Amino acid sequence: MSIRPRTLYEKIWDAHVVARRDDGTCLIYIDRHLVHEVTSPQAFEGLRIAGRKVRRPDLTLAVADHNVPTTLRAGGNGGPLLIEDPASAAQVAALEGNVAEFAVPYIDVLAVEQGIVHVVGPEQGFTLPGTTVVCGDSHTAAHGALGALAFGIGTSEVEHVLATQTLMMKPSRTLEIRVDGKLGFGVTPKDLVLTIIGKLGTAGGTGYVMEYRGSTFDDMSIEGRLTVANMSIEAGARSGLFAPDEKTFAYLKDRPMAPKGADWDRAVEQWRKLVSDEGAGFDRSVKFDASDVAPTVTWGTSPEDVAPITAAVPDPESFSDGAKRQSAQRALDYMGLSAGQRLQDVAVEHIFIGSCTNSRIEDLRSAAAVLKGRKISDRIKQALVVPGSGLVKRQAEAEGLDRVFIDAGFDWREPGCSMCLAMNPDKVPPRERCASTSNRNFVGRQGPGARTHLMSPAMAAAAAVTGRLTDVRELLSGDFGELAA
Amino acid sequence: MTPFTRVEGRAYALPFSNIDTDVIIPAEHLKTVRRTGLGRHAFPALRATPGNVFDDPAYRGAPIIVALDNFGCGSSREHAAWALADLGVRAVIAASFSDIFAGNAFKNGIAAVELGHTEVEALLSAASEHSVSVDLERQTVTSSAGHEFHFTMDHFRRECLLGGLDEIAVTLLHEPDIRTYELRTGI
Repeated sequence: MSIRPRTLYEKIWDAHVVARRDDGTCLIYIDRHLVHEVTSPQAFEGLRIAGRKVRRPDLTLAVADHNVPTTLRAGGNGGPLLIEDPASAAQVAALEGNVAEFAVPYIDVLAVEQGIVHVVGPEQGFTLPGTTVVCGDSHTAAHGALGALAFGIGTSEVEHVLATQTLMMKPSRTLEIRVDGKLGFGVTPKDLVLTIIGKLGTAGGTGYVMEYRGSTFDDMSIEGRLTVANMSIEAGARSGLFAPDEKTFAYLKDRPMAPKGADWDRAVEQWRKLVSDEGAGFDRSVKFDASDVAPTVTWGTSPEDVAPITAAVPDPESFSDGAKRQSAQRALDYMGLSAGQRLQDVAVEHIFIGSCTNSRIEDLRSAAAVLKGRKISDRIKQALVVPGSGLVKRQAEAEGLDRVFIDAGFDWREPGCSMCLAMNPDKVPPRERCASTSNRNFVGRQGPGARTHLMSPAMAAAAAVTGRLTDVRELLSGDFGELAA
Repeated sequence: MTPFTRVEGRAYALPFSNIDTDVIIPAEHLKTVRRTGLGRHAFPALRATPGNVFDDPAYRGAPIIVALDNFGCGSSREHAAWALADLGVRAVIAASFSDIFAGNAFKNGIAAVELGHTEVEALLSAASEHSVSVDLERQTVTSSAGHEFHFTMDHFRRECLLGGLDEIAVTLLHEPDIRTYELRTGI
């Protein structure tokens, strides 16, 4: 055993080194591989051409999420899922053909367990502390909430993992994100992570694995941690880690794919060692005070373009460097906003509550707490709630949340990635504006020409009620803090 | 994979930071099950601007892109690298890259070459008149305007690019190590 104190990242890395090359590149074992329909067809095709097999189908789990329509499905019509777009249908059919051919475990699109891959992994107990988790999707970072070293990969790497169960990698640097204190009234983990990204910038975490530490994260629920870890990639970091704790163990216990009985006890004993040692050094450390964080929205076309809801649209001239000034002006032109305009005066026509960032039960509870007994504004053309999985949907229905959303005027949909990236029929039309709980406000992300403002589920619900970007605190009674996701 | 030794030609100048992979190839074009044919869908928002470099015949088949910071940020979609390869791009020169994009590029025989800000800006200004050359053996970027800049690249990646190596084949040489690891950890 090494005596040198190690960070959590170093512990997980060291435990997964299969071979080390002279140049420092390591062959890293991958414990869990999640597969979806968009980034895998070319990988399976590569295996076929080379005559290779999937080395460990038992460590692989596939589910279709990006292309699936969110309109009525199993239980409602009972029939096969109808995907009208032939290209989307072909991609889902390709996945179904590939998992059958290569014997990869697959969650059927009509199964209640189907959902967004990053909701399904933790929910099924497929994601476990101390494991390496990959998926051909950058938001794989989410699984770091459970203490897994989880990162997004490209399709060539998907093929590499399918064939070898390993990846060739160089170790990353480590970045401590330290936040202490209590989040204020109406302030959620989403607001915190947006604030962190605003401070670091979208490339601030490039080359790093982040570890979220401090009392704010200790107090945060697992679902809140999933929201935070999910968006690590928006600050450039491929992975964001939380040390597993009692909340993690309680969350995972009895999940279908988690260890059981004596295996569970042994696993928990091992997982308790997954903390950064006292005195372990991080390559960089950034500190925040939770009480400084306000309900936050984005105003531009990069997740770093954030501002408190109480602020105004920034003046591009206020940015110090020339490239930043130009990019801010381009963002404002695209977004149809002008410098100095109050964010709370910005009218929205679309509301999207969903995505791998904010579609879990606590997210839905938090939005429903704002919507209860209220109606959405006449100005809203489309308001969608897309639960992250069939199990989230079922739980929400058991709690009556579906009624709250439907009574308020929302569409209550079937699970999938939906309007986060508009690969399925859920899109924001050109030049229209969406209050969205997703993770990216890039140009064209929610449809060509669509204008996206990222925010928390509670803030999106508030925007639905007023038809404009709104400070959710104005709509809340005092007990909200407990419900905030 | 085609070995990469030296690439020379016109360079598309994209004087922006944070060119995300949604901008390179939007989600509506990810519904393919093939790696080819994405070039014509690359950079649609930029192409919507009259007079853009992609529609300028002088740049047809240009093998190089020059951009500022954080090129390829956002989604892990390898379709971005496939779209660039399909356009004929063999090297992207930028002040910095997102980690995932840099990996995807390299796996498709595209060199992600990192230079300093002043060097990148010099190339951006020269690109409308001059050709650019990336020499991976010498690890230099030169231009017909007389620039010569040295760059560094991860040793393993450079070796794979120069040799046009299939990384899976390289890894499979480690099969005994992988087997030993699995037996030792009981996974």
